[in-house]
Amino acid sequence: MIEQWFPNVNWDNMWKATGETLYMSAYSTFFTLVFGIALGIILFLTSPGQLWANKITNVFTGAFVNIFRSIPFIILIILLIPLTKYMFGSIRGPNAALPALIIGAAPFYGRMVLIALQEIDKGVIEAARSMGAKTSTIIFKVLLPESMPALVSGITVTAIALVGYTAMAGVIGAGGLGTLAYLDGFQRNREDVTLMATILVLIIVFIIQFFGDFIVKRLDKR
Amino acid sequence: MIQLENVHKRFQLNRSEIVAVDDVTLNIEEGEIFGVIGYSGAGKSTLIRLLNGLEVPTSGSIVIHGQEMTTLKGAGLRNARQKISMIFQHFNLLWSRTVEENIMFPLEIAGVKKSARKQKVKELINLVGLTGREQAYPAQLSGGQKQRVGIARALANDPEVLLCDEATSALDPETTNAILDLLTDINEKLGLTIVLITHEMHVIRKICHRVAVMEAGKVVEMGNVLEVFQSPQADITKNFISQVTDTEDTDAAMAHLMEGAPHGKLIKLAFIGERTEQPVLAELIRKFPIDVNIVQGNISTTRDGAYGTLVLQLVGDVAVIAEAMAFLDANEVKTEVLTHD
Repeated sequence: MIEQWFPNVNWDNMWKATGETLYMSAYSTFFTLVFGIALGIILFLTSPGQLWANKITNVFTGAFVNIFRSIPFIILIILLIPLTKYMFGSIRGPNAALPALIIGAAPFYGRMVLIALQEIDKGVIEAARSMGAKTSTIIFKVLLPESMPALVSGITVTAIALVGYTAMAGVIGAGGLGTLAYLDGFQRNREDVTLMATILVLIIVFIIQFFGDFIVKRLDKR
Repeated sequence: MIQLENVHKRFQLNRSEIVAVDDVTLNIEEGEIFGVIGYSGAGKSTLIRLLNGLEVPTSGSIVIHGQEMTTLKGAGLRNARQKISMIFQHFNLLWSRTVEENIMFPLEIAGVKKSARKQKVKELINLVGLTGREQAYPAQLSGGQKQRVGIARALANDPEVLLCDEATSALDPETTNAILDLLTDINEKLGLTIVLITHEMHVIRKICHRVAVMEAGKVVEMGNVLEVFQSPQADITKNFISQVTDTEDTDAAMAHLMEGAPHGKLIKLAFIGERTEQPVLAELIRKFPIDVNIVQGNISTTRDGAYGTLVLQLVGDVAVIAEAMAFLDANEVKTEVLTHD
């Protein structure tokens, strides 16, 4: 029956493209998580009245985050072509999409991390300081655990955005479901291929959302 | 144990300067419970935070156990803080950790081994009366239980000083008393010096040995709790004392009485220590041909003895009333005339 509704779908290509989408999404989400948390923590701790209060660092990090958050993703990809070429020697293939995906998403997630950290009760940080905690202890044992549900729901939202971004990265030939839907579906007038690619993207998004919500629920003891 | 000398703390807020602590000199003895009372904004929160270096004084010296705190930095300050722990009005527990893990936190900071941590937590849970709740999360506890976790956590590294920042202000009266009993217990069992700040005279009366009254950054009155109760000097101190001696409708009752009985004299007697146990009043009535009408009475206990007030209406010959009052003075009962005819 599926063969009837989707006569033009080449399943080998479809699964390969799905694999590429998953590969790009997973890697970029991982690095976005790492850089985003680092950015968020720097933004938080350098803000006035905090442990590393430092106006210059705060303003510069804030500006960096805002600039890269505001550049439309499709333009960011093009701007980063020289960097990508330098890093991977080519601008084709899933790896080539990673710099743009990470640089586009990490500042976005960094802002979410900042908001999550600002939600933490100031008294808890003060209590940790009163016990003689080092800043590293405060980061890893207070800031991150206490904001964990917000950090997880933030990365869920970001990961879903990244799945969408990977499709756009198709324009530079990154591969994945986006490229397939565009080249094989749209340009060759095979609507069933476009539809199937869309369905697969939707399934990926639903699975990410489901796991995100599940983990948040498990973590939140408030 | 704790010496503060000419301590000032000023904050720069926009263009204006706020003096939170203004030339405070204090000496807190080892093993005592020292209370600081004041309304919000009096500078008591800042004062207590100066003791563990959460705030740094603008000028002055703070010496705790022979250690000058104002020059401590980095690891030295962090180590000193492990011996000066603190509990808070809003408990400030980590919601992501269980009771047990919360109490373990300061031990992790101090680098105590896991097996030793377990053992210590067990003792502390017993001490504060939370047996059976080890695996609960703070969200599942009542306010009083949360403060017990806060206290256990504060005691984890065997501190020498415990700072209490409005520790009972978020609790209901009954729970407040239970927590105060626990603090007294700890003070006696562990010989810990306790410094507490509060805006409730009840707390001072119930557990403190000595008290300092703060207003606008200054200490306006200081002394033994019973003495301060007996002869408060500053107006603000009198206000605080009336918190525990007057019932809410005392004023209304007095007004009513003055209207209904325009003659006679209303006087307020303050009894202190063993005077509260002697029949001064009976003697007064027997000795002098006047009518004595009891308007209101109240007795409260402090750590060092009882303190009572009694409001009387004396009706009779003016000369005899004067004599009666002289008799009370001679018996070391403090009198205060509330109104004349």
